[in-house]
Amino acid sequence: MENKKLLLDIQDLTIHYITESGNVHAVENLNLTLEHGENLGFVGETGAGKTTTALGIMGLVPNPPGKVMGGKILFEGEDLLKKSERQMRDIRGGKIAMIFQDPMTSLNPVMTVDKQIAEMVLLHNDVTEQQALERAQEMLELVGIKRERAKDFPHQFSGGMKQRVVIAIALACNPTLLIADEPTTALDVTIQAQVLELMHDLRRKINTSLVMITHDLGIVAEMCDKVAIMYAGKVVEYAPTEALFNRPTHPYTEGLFNSIPDLEKDEEELKVITGLMPDPTNLPSGCAFHPRCPYAADSCSSEVPAMLEIAPGHFAACPVRAGRWAKTEAAPAEVKS
Amino acid sequence: MSAQAPVKMKSEAGLLDIWNRLRKNHLALFGLVIVVLLVFFAITADFIAPYRYDQQNLMKAFESPSKEHFFGTDEFGRDIFSRIIHGSRISLQVGMIAVGIAVVFGGLLGSVAGYYGGRIDNLIMRAMDILLSIPSILLAIAIAASLGPGLYNMMVAVGISSTPQYARIIRGSVLSLRGQEFVEAAKAVGSSDTRIILKHIIPNCLAPIIVQSTLGVASAILTAAGLSFIGLGIQPPTPEWGAMLSGGREYIRDYAYMTIFPGLAIMITILALNFLGDGLRDVLDPKLKR
Amino acid sequence: MNPNGQPIVEVNNLKKYFQTKKGMLHAVDDVSFTIRKGETLGLVGESGCGKSTLGRVMIRLLDATSGEVKFWGEDILKYSSGRMKAMRKKVQIVFQDPYSCLNPRLSVSELIAEPLVVNKVFSSSAERVKKIRELMDTVGLAQRLVNSYPHELDGGRRQRVGIARSLALSPEFIVLDEPVSALDVCIQAQILNLLNSLQRQFGYTYVFISHNLSVVKHVSDRIAVMYLGKVVELSDYRSLFVEPLHPYTQALLSAIPLPKFGKKRDRIILEGDVPSPIEPPEGCRFQGRCLYRQDICKEKTPELRELEPGRSVACHFARALVPARGQ
Repeated sequence: MENKKLLLDIQDLTIHYITESGNVHAVENLNLTLEHGENLGFVGETGAGKTTTALGIMGLVPNPPGKVMGGKILFEGEDLLKKSERQMRDIRGGKIAMIFQDPMTSLNPVMTVDKQIAEMVLLHNDVTEQQALERAQEMLELVGIKRERAKDFPHQFSGGMKQRVVIAIALACNPTLLIADEPTTALDVTIQAQVLELMHDLRRKINTSLVMITHDLGIVAEMCDKVAIMYAGKVVEYAPTEALFNRPTHPYTEGLFNSIPDLEKDEEELKVITGLMPDPTNLPSGCAFHPRCPYAADSCSSEVPAMLEIAPGHFAACPVRAGRWAKTEAAPAEVKS
Repeated sequence: MSAQAPVKMKSEAGLLDIWNRLRKNHLALFGLVIVVLLVFFAITADFIAPYRYDQQNLMKAFESPSKEHFFGTDEFGRDIFSRIIHGSRISLQVGMIAVGIAVVFGGLLGSVAGYYGGRIDNLIMRAMDILLSIPSILLAIAIAASLGPGLYNMMVAVGISSTPQYARIIRGSVLSLRGQEFVEAAKAVGSSDTRIILKHIIPNCLAPIIVQSTLGVASAILTAAGLSFIGLGIQPPTPEWGAMLSGGREYIRDYAYMTIFPGLAIMITILALNFLGDGLRDVLDPKLKR
Repeated sequence: MNPNGQPIVEVNNLKKYFQTKKGMLHAVDDVSFTIRKGETLGLVGESGCGKSTLGRVMIRLLDATSGEVKFWGEDILKYSSGRMKAMRKKVQIVFQDPYSCLNPRLSVSELIAEPLVVNKVFSSSAERVKKIRELMDTVGLAQRLVNSYPHELDGGRRQRVGIARSLALSPEFIVLDEPVSALDVCIQAQILNLLNSLQRQFGYTYVFISHNLSVVKHVSDRIAVMYLGKVVELSDYRSLFVEPLHPYTQALLSAIPLPKFGKKRDRIILEGDVPSPIEPPEGCRFQGRCLYRQDICKEKTPELRELEPGRSVACHFARALVPARGQ
C-alpha cells in the first residue's frame, strides 16, 4: 500500500537477533504508518521491540547479532532498507534524527555543547564553521538555553538541560522525522514537565514529525496524535489517541490501562495481567498474548490474528474483542498490509 | 535503553558457558593444552623421565641431542630432557606457591583496605605502594638474599614481592562491590563484616583474581628463573630451568643446546600461561560489567 | 492500608549530613514524623530530596548525624551493635534495583536463607528449608525456582526474592525503597498488589519511598513530600491530591502527565533546576523556584506546622495560596 502522502510506511518488518541461546524475534511482521506533521506514540514494555524498530528505521541495528529478515521501511516513498550505508549516513541527522533516553551518555563529555550542535550541522550542510556555530546558538536559544552557556561542557548542565542540548542537536538540521526513545524517563517529574513543554512548543515552531517511544501512557495522552501499542514484536493496537484512551480494544491495551494506579480514584487492587512477557526466542503459537489473555478463545493459540479495522483509523489485532465497541453486528474489515 | 542490542543473555556466568567461549579462542586453547601438559609432566616426572635428573655419567658429557638423549647431556653427563621434565615440577611449584602466598596475603590486605576505607585503607595501600616502588626482581633478590638460598625461600621471596599487585586488584573489586545493594541487604539482616567480605564480596571478585593468578604464575616462574640464574634460589643439582640456563652459559658457543632447551621451556610455558590468562580475561571480565 | 492504634515509630529532628569536598551535604535536614502500626507512610520527592537516605537512616543502615528514631518508644540510634542486631529482625528493607540487590553467586534459596542463617533462627536445616518454601509461596514464587540464580530470573521475580528475604525474620516494619521503579508497568502492578495483600495479611507497617506519585497514592495512607532534605508537606493521601497545600506539591502534581485523553491542564512549570543540597542557604529551600516567594521566604526557614488534624505544611503562606488543581 504505497502512498506518497505517508511520511513513514513500515511494512511487514521483521528483525531478529541471532544469539547462542536462540533467535530473538525482536520485531515480527510489524506494520506502521505515520503522516507528515503527525506525532506517533509508540508504547510497549521492555522487550516489546520498540527500540529495535527505531534502530531499524535508522539503520542502526547492531549487526551482528541483529539481522533484518524482511519487510520494507518506506520513508517519503523510498525503502530505507535498500539504501547504502553512505546514503543512510546522509539521512541520519539530516532527515531522520533520533534522541535517546540517557542524556548522560548521549553527549560527548569533552566537547562544548555548541560544537556538538555545530558538528551535526556541518555533517549535513555545506557551510563554514562559523555559520555552523551561529546555527548552534540559534538552536540553543530555541531549546531555552542561554547564549552564555554555549561554551560550557555537558557536565556543567543538569539532566534536564542536557536533554535539551540533545534535542537541539537532533533538530539542528531540520529533520523531517524525529524519533525520541524514552527521552524523559531518566528525568525527574518536574524536569520532565519542562522538557515535554519544550517539545510541545517546538512542535508549533518546527515542522518535524515525531515518533515518541515510551511506556508512559500519560505522555502519550499529552503529546501524541496517534498511538501504536506494541507487544512481543508486533503492533497489537493502532489508533488515534482519543480512540485508544476512550475505547481501548486489545486485551493487552486494556491490561496496560488497568495496571496504572488511577490518580483520581481509589482502588483496592489493580487488575493485573497475570504472567510475564513471553520469551522472545520461543514465542507462543498463534497470538503471542494468548497465554495471558483473559478473553482467549481456542482459535487464539493457533491463528496469528490480523490487524482488523474496528473503526475508521482504529486497528486492533484481536478478533475476539474487535466487536467490543461496535454498535452493529457488522464484522470488522480485515486490513491487507 | 540506548542503542544496544536489547537482548537478554540466558546464562551469564555458567561454567559451561565460560568453557564454550574459551574454546573459541585458539590461542587460549593452545595455552590451556600446554599448561595441562606441564601439570601432567610435573606429576608423572618420576615415571616418564628416561633418566634421573641427577644421574651423572661423565663419559657421556656434552653429547648432542640424539635418540638416547633427546636434548643431549650437560657437563656432568646428565640427560637434559629428563632434567627439563623434572624442572616443570619445580617451576609449577614455585609458580603456584608464590602466587598462592600473594593471593592470600594480598587478598587479605586488599579486602580489609577496600572494605573499611579511610585510614586503614591509606595505611595498607601506602605500604603496598612502597613495596611496588621497588622493582620486583630487586625485591625478590633482597628477600632471597636475606632468607638464604633454597627453593622454599625463593618461593616466599617471589610471593611477597607479588603481593602488592593482588592487594590492589582485590581492593579495587571490593571497592566497587561494597556499594552494591546486595551488600547493604546483607547488612540489613545483621551479617557481620567478616561474613560479608568472605561470603558476599570475595566470591564476586573471583574473575580478576583468576586472570591475574594465571598471569602471575608466569611471572613468578620468570622471576624464579631469574633468581636461580644469578645464583640465589635453588641449589644444584635441582633441575630448575633458570639454573640450567645459567649453568649452560659458559658452554653456549660450543654446546648451545644446553641453554636452548631450558630457554625454550621457559618461553613456551610463559607464553602458554599468558595466552590462557588473556583468554580468561576476555571471557570473564566483560561479563562482570553490566 | 489498615492503620490502627499506636504510633510505633517516632522520628524526631533527624539529620544526616555528609562531608564532601565542596562542603556539607544536608541529605536529611531536621525531619520529624510518627507512624502508626499497620500504616503505610509514603515518602515522595525527586532526586536529591533525601528520601532514600532517610529510609536507610531510619533503620540504621546509615548512621544519623543527630536526632532520634524511636521504635516502640526506644531510640534505636543509641543501641549497641548487639541490641541493634536483635532489632534488625523486626525492621527490614526492600531495595529498588532487583538487578543489584541480590548476590549473583547465590541461589534463590541461599538468598532467602541468609537472614535465617545469620540470626540462627532454626537449628535444623530441614526447618529452614520449610520456612524458605513457605516464604516463596507467600510472595508468589514458583517452587521450582528454589535453586535458580538471579541472572535466570526477570526483574519481577527478583524483586519477589528480595521481598521474601525481607519477610524471613517476620519483621513488623519494612522500608520499601522504590520497590517497583525498575519494573515494567504490568509487573509493577503485580508487586503492588502483593505488597498490599501482605500488609492486609500480616499487619506490616510500611514506609514506601518512591518518586512516582500515582504508585505512592495507591499504597499509602499518609504521604510526606520531601524537598532538599526537608519534609514540606505531610498529609493523608486523599487530601494531598485533592488539595495540595505546598507550592512544590502543587507543581509536582501538576507535572504528572495523566493517562487520560483530553485532560490538558494548567501546568505549573518550575523554573530552573533542583538546587544543590550542599551548604543550603538560609530560608525556605524551595524559594528559588517558588512562584509565590516573598522576602520572608529568603530569611526564615518555614517550620512544618499542622494546619489541621493530619495535614502539615512547611510554608509561610500555606492556605493563603490558591492551590492549583491536582487534576
